[in-house]
Amino acid sequence: MSIRKVVSRLLFLFLVIWAASTITFFIPRISKKNPIRERFIQLTMTGGFSPADLNAIVASFNEKFGLDKPLWQQYIDYFSGIIRFDMGYSLNKYPRTVMQLIMDSLPWTIVLLFVTTIISFVFGNLMGAVAAWPKAPSWLRGCATPFVLLMGIPPVLMAVFLLFIVAFRLKLLPLGNVYSTGMVPDWSDPAFVWDVIKHQILPALALILGTVGGWVLGMRGMGVTIQGEDYVLFAEHKGLGGFTIFKDYYLRNALLPQVTAFALALGTVVTSAVVVESQFGLPGLGNVLGQAINSNDFTVIYGVVLFVTIAVATIMVVVELLYPLLDPRIRHD
Amino acid sequence: MTTLAATQPEIFRPSRTILVLRYLRRNKSLAIGLFILFGLTVFTIVGMATINWGDAYPLSVRGRQPPSVEFPFGTDFFGRDLLAAMVVGLWQTALIGVLAGGVSIIIAIILGFTAAYFGGWVDSGIKGVCQVLTPIPVFLIQVIIAGSLDKRSVTIYTMAFIVILLAWMGPTLVIRSQVLTMKERQFVMVAKLSGVGDLNIIFKEIMPNLLPFIVAAFVTAVFSAVFASFYLAVLGLGPLREPLMGNIIWAAQSQSAFFNGWWWWPLEPAIALMLILGSLALINMGLDELSNPRVRRTE
Repeated sequence: MSIRKVVSRLLFLFLVIWAASTITFFIPRISKKNPIRERFIQLTMTGGFSPADLNAIVASFNEKFGLDKPLWQQYIDYFSGIIRFDMGYSLNKYPRTVMQLIMDSLPWTIVLLFVTTIISFVFGNLMGAVAAWPKAPSWLRGCATPFVLLMGIPPVLMAVFLLFIVAFRLKLLPLGNVYSTGMVPDWSDPAFVWDVIKHQILPALALILGTVGGWVLGMRGMGVTIQGEDYVLFAEHKGLGGFTIFKDYYLRNALLPQVTAFALALGTVVTSAVVVESQFGLPGLGNVLGQAINSNDFTVIYGVVLFVTIAVATIMVVVELLYPLLDPRIRHD
Repeated sequence: MTTLAATQPEIFRPSRTILVLRYLRRNKSLAIGLFILFGLTVFTIVGMATINWGDAYPLSVRGRQPPSVEFPFGTDFFGRDLLAAMVVGLWQTALIGVLAGGVSIIIAIILGFTAAYFGGWVDSGIKGVCQVLTPIPVFLIQVIIAGSLDKRSVTIYTMAFIVILLAWMGPTLVIRSQVLTMKERQFVMVAKLSGVGDLNIIFKEIMPNLLPFIVAAFVTAVFSAVFASFYLAVLGLGPLREPLMGNIIWAAQSQSAFFNGWWWWPLEPAIALMLILGSLALINMGLDELSNPRVRRTE
């Protein structure tokens, strides 16, 4: 892998981050809505202090958050802050910074995304490969169709249906929240851990069922193409066993484009996870975002969006750079 | 002499409708998709003609009623008749989808054709902007835009506008690559050598050949527009008073509808939206088959 390729991809990544942060910087400022004033108007309506002080408070907060400086200076401060992973303070939970809020909730989102993505990717690709493999038993090949049909349903809708059937009708799993009321949060207690896992099953299932169809469909398409390749035919004529051909000649080659597809789908997957989290009230980034939207906590909204954007773009570039390790035919030189 | 004419084998020419119906019998996903979409359209039109639009808004009927004879779909916590809400919501979803999908496809056609046909720095510019914007999760930027607006002033049209702002990059890249391959075809070369002007080549030579493709791209764009506006609404960023599917689900979740046993409240918009998105996905799959002769099934 040449240095030039790496440098050009990193430059591209920088460009993406710059574009994203510029958009998140300018859009709120174009809209002329002063987030701090908005926030305090909300507070005055619920009572607490007199509207007369409002202007003074807003002015002092503008100074505190640097909103009284000229626009170009705000822009430079903002951008240099992002590079240092400093996104300022939360308006709603003031002493806490946006980054602290993100870091507290990040492990939840990562675990949920990691588990669901791996299950969905592995299961979906195996299913798709089997569906296109002519020697597989027909009942097994037919199993793929229902998963493809589920593809049109976004995970959020899937969540509503799962909540209705599994949690509301059958009462097998809880309806929401992080853990049952009355439980004491204690990670060394296995009963508590199991309770938390039980609350995560439905959101995870919604995400898996919502994404698995895409992998099945993509892999089935790839599988059909690969079967006609000469090397698969040659392997058959050499007398290799069916399973060896399936595993080493067929699956491995068909899987390669799916890795690229994975990098491309990442943005959508993360978005879905964020929305599903906010819907189930799970303590992840989605919930932070949902709460921030409902309470007009603008710095947090912008911070979370920017953080996720940068994370997704970075992973995409990393996958692209690691791709030659999987496919020896492609060398970056 | 008349007997001679009668003995001639009669060629049976099926009418156009019969041919279309026969094709639909082969292309199941297109048929089912169109059928569902037709059903939804009939439901919306009949509903709009019979129900009272006002019932779709809060505080118009008695709240929290389960489905009954009086309210076939039940009512929600805020006093909406959910049957009316579904009808108006379907109409508004269709409006957002067609408006946002249509406008973003028009932008994509203009940019894609310009980039591919003229090439050079115009192409690198348009391609570059699309490529830099593509890795950014579009939805999150939409969250920022929607979040920056005053919640009271968000309307159906604002939603459509937000969706359009970031929905044109994907179709632009797709149409661009299609035009690029089309440009090298011989009939375009012949037209060019015969001295046909650029605009004539674009509109008379390339465009008609890309039409099935553009229709498929339009259906995809409508699908993503409905999807995007639903996600925004489900996070509470939609026009809160309007009975959009996402709004109703968001409201139901925020009032813990399942905890309180009001199962019909979130379930009905979810089913309606599933039917919309499902039918669009099926139509898209069917169109793919129609425009791609390799997988097209013959009788």
